[in-house]
Order: sequence, then structure tokens, then C-alpha cells
Amino acid sequence: MKFVLNNREEEITKVQLSISELLDYKKLTFRMRVVKINGVLVSKNEYDTTLINEGDNVQIIYLMSGG
Amino acid sequence: MRFSEIKNHLSKFRVGIAGAGGLGSNCAMALARSGIGTLVIADFDVVETANLNRQYYFTGQVGMMKTDALKKNISQVNPETNVVVYYEKLDPSNIPLIFSGCDVIVEAFDTDEMKEMIIETVQKDMKGTPLVIGSGLAGWGKSEKLRCRIIDDILYLCGDESTTANDELPPMAPRVAIVANMQANTVVEILMKNTQ
Repeated sequence: MKFVLNNREEEITKVQLSISELLDYKKLTFRMRVVKINGVLVSKNEYDTTLINEGDNVQIIYLMSGG
Repeated sequence: MRFSEIKNHLSKFRVGIAGAGGLGSNCAMALARSGIGTLVIADFDVVETANLNRQYYFTGQVGMMKTDALKKNISQVNPETNVVVYYEKLDPSNIPLIFSGCDVIVEAFDTDEMKEMIIETVQKDMKGTPLVIGSGLAGWGKSEKLRCRIIDDILYLCGDESTTANDELPPMAPRVAIVANMQANTVVEILMKNTQ
């Protein structure tokens, strides 16, 4: 399936992917982040159960201290 | 469009500033100069000498509440901007009340946990209110890494998303002010939509 991750198209062989699987697959280990799918924020305890489907717009936003 | 028309348009809006440190003080000054009608500024801290390396305060204001000092400084550049201040530490329960009626909210906290908290709170309890966050501004140089990312129509991010402030990589005036002004620029862009 194809989906968009931070404005870039991604293609994987699976038909669905959980957020946790995406983070593992892309080796995104930095933990201070928020994830939005199609504009909806996903809470951390739903990363295992929330699935990314064909055509979804996934945004991962990194939060860095300093201000 | 002439500046007088832009200023007249922007005077109709209310913008929330969550935190009056490096991001908040510089962003608020730029928004006041642009002619925003009302700024709602919340912070619980006082001005310290160490803040003067990046925050829009003066030596004579050390010891003052940041909100009061910022209100004073804004009044000296644009007395037409109405400034409402709250001396509170922001949390999920008071954010929707303090920033009620704001057309846009600027996140200007210093810690990553607080940045996460306001994103979650606005998404949950202030649906539809655009939020402009600052993330990644520590150190110096690497101007080309600083950018504004439109996540969707209610979340905007300014910064490099990669530098964390610490003792060895402190936040400094140039990069902090660039990001603060990017946030102000994003607010103006949101509020100027549909005027051209």
C-alpha cells in the first residue's frame, strides 16, 4: 500500500501497518513526538492498535526543548 | 495591500501566547507591531538576568513578572494592541479558559513535555483553533535548517525539529528570534487568508 509520511510518499508490501510497526520499520526511536493520521492526533497508548491504511496522511512531529 | 489596510484587518483578531520567554516575548512584539488587536499572554515567571540573552526584556525589568514587563514593552511599540495577561502556569484545565475566543494560539513553552501537553489539549478541547508551535531552535548557525511546516490546517510547526536546548547547546537570541518571528509570520499568514 501507499501512504504519505511527512509529505513524502511511502510504499510497503503490507496492506496495513500499526503506528508502532511504522516507527520500528522506519527506525524512528526519538520518543518526544506526536503522531497525526489524517489530521487526528493519536495518543501514545493507541500506537499498537491504530492502523495506517492505503492513502493515509501520516505526520510525525518532533518536540524539542528550548524556547 | 497597504500596511494601513493590513493593520486594520489584523486589529479584529485575538491571539493567545502560551509562555513569555524567548519565543513568546519576541513573537508577541512582532505581532503587536503588525497590528494584532488583542494578545492574551500567560506566564508565571519573573524576568531574570540570564533571560536577557534572548528574551525581549531590559535590565531594568529584572524581577518583574514577564507578563507585566511584556505588556509594558508592547505598549511602547503599539499602544493600540490590547494586552490581557494571566499569571498562571498553563495546564490542560486552564488553557481552554484562558485562550477562549482566540483565533490562533502560539505555543511558546521551553520544555518538550509542555509542548506535547498543549498540542493534546488544543486538539481535545479547542477543536479547530490553529496552533503554531516552536520546536528546535537551540545553538547557533544552521539557519537553513529552520523552517515552517504546515502539518494540517490547524497545526503549524516552526523550527528545526532536531536541536534540544541544554547547557552545551543553549538557546540564543538569533535562532530563538528567527523561530519566534517565523511563528508570528505564520500567525499573520493564517489571519490574512481570504483577504487577497
